[in-house]
Amino acid sequence: MCEDCGCGDPKLVSVEVHSSLLAANDHEAAHLRAHFLGDGVTAINLMGSPGSGKTALLEATARAWAGKFKLAAVSGDLATAHDAERLERAGIPSAAITTGTACHLDATMVDRAIHGTAVGEAVHAADFFFIENVGNLVCPAIYDLGQAANVVVLSVTEGEDKPLKYPVMFKAADLVVLTKVDLLPHLRGVSIAAIEDALARVMPKPVMIQVASTEDQGLDAWLAWLSARRDVVRAAPRLGAHEHVHVRGHAHPHPHPHR
Amino acid sequence: MHEASLVTALFDQVDRSIAPHPGAIVHRVFVRVGELAGVEPELLRLAYDTLREGRTCAGAAIELVSEPAEWQCRACALPIPRGEVLRCPRCEGEARLVRGGEVFLDRLELEVPDV
Repeated sequence: MCEDCGCGDPKLVSVEVHSSLLAANDHEAAHLRAHFLGDGVTAINLMGSPGSGKTALLEATARAWAGKFKLAAVSGDLATAHDAERLERAGIPSAAITTGTACHLDATMVDRAIHGTAVGEAVHAADFFFIENVGNLVCPAIYDLGQAANVVVLSVTEGEDKPLKYPVMFKAADLVVLTKVDLLPHLRGVSIAAIEDALARVMPKPVMIQVASTEDQGLDAWLAWLSARRDVVRAAPRLGAHEHVHVRGHAHPHPHPHR
Repeated sequence: MHEASLVTALFDQVDRSIAPHPGAIVHRVFVRVGELAGVEPELLRLAYDTLREGRTCAGAAIELVSEPAEWQCRACALPIPRGEVLRCPRCEGEARLVRGGEVFLDRLELEVPDV
């Protein structure tokens, strides 16, 4: 109680914290990143609106790289395993992460999906691990999943001003893949230059690749971009005996020393 | 609405922060929300009020402070005005977000029992 004047007000103390509300997720993501780098796996967080063409892009990637690179994926949706089933049919070992009501994937969900599971073994041995996020241009943007790069899939039918309307998502993007460009002749008034201008106002290093996944059009640039990312990951110091703290006690088949 | 999961993380951080103060009662929680943090302050408040029952924050008000986004040149620190292309008009340097990209638990106001 207040000792100064006896007014009966409680004695209040101020405690400084200055801690990001995402600190716990970031910690878990750092753990995932250490594993991916240790295994030489290039992890890609694929985000975009529902129906923007995330799954179709991965199907086209699997067609182009069959027998060349090993791919693995997890696919987040509120309900159903449809996307993971499509990816499996395309030859990508995959698992669904059904989030129930959650509008995004977080690092813990990805960790649960790949630790001690069949798809986890595929990720461990993969060249590329695609994390197909929940279709949503808002919530997934702020959750680090341990990825090497964020890719935002934007389809030409969504409108030129999407980057300006959803700046947080595009700010986080390392690459924007503009999909369904084969539809451009039917979309009067949609201008690539306007999309590029919008991106330049929200994305510090704007990079955009145009594809039509179902036509296997424009894939070379996308595959070259992915390969360059893989080169960076594989040139990073290989953490064969990496040290990191596990947030929850868990077992995994590959031994490595713990702090 | 990812604000619900952020509020759960907030409650956990509050619990950790008051651990050194046994018997403390949380009166107010100060959270700073950046314009480009991807968090809607009113949804955060709604989630907080909905979920605080039974938590340490049950009787605590949340004070939200909005932090505007500020971009500047990574090389020469020239501010880049709102809505402009994110490239330095002076040296062509790349833009860097210096404020407004995060959501923080800034501080807590606690009532601590007399010793």
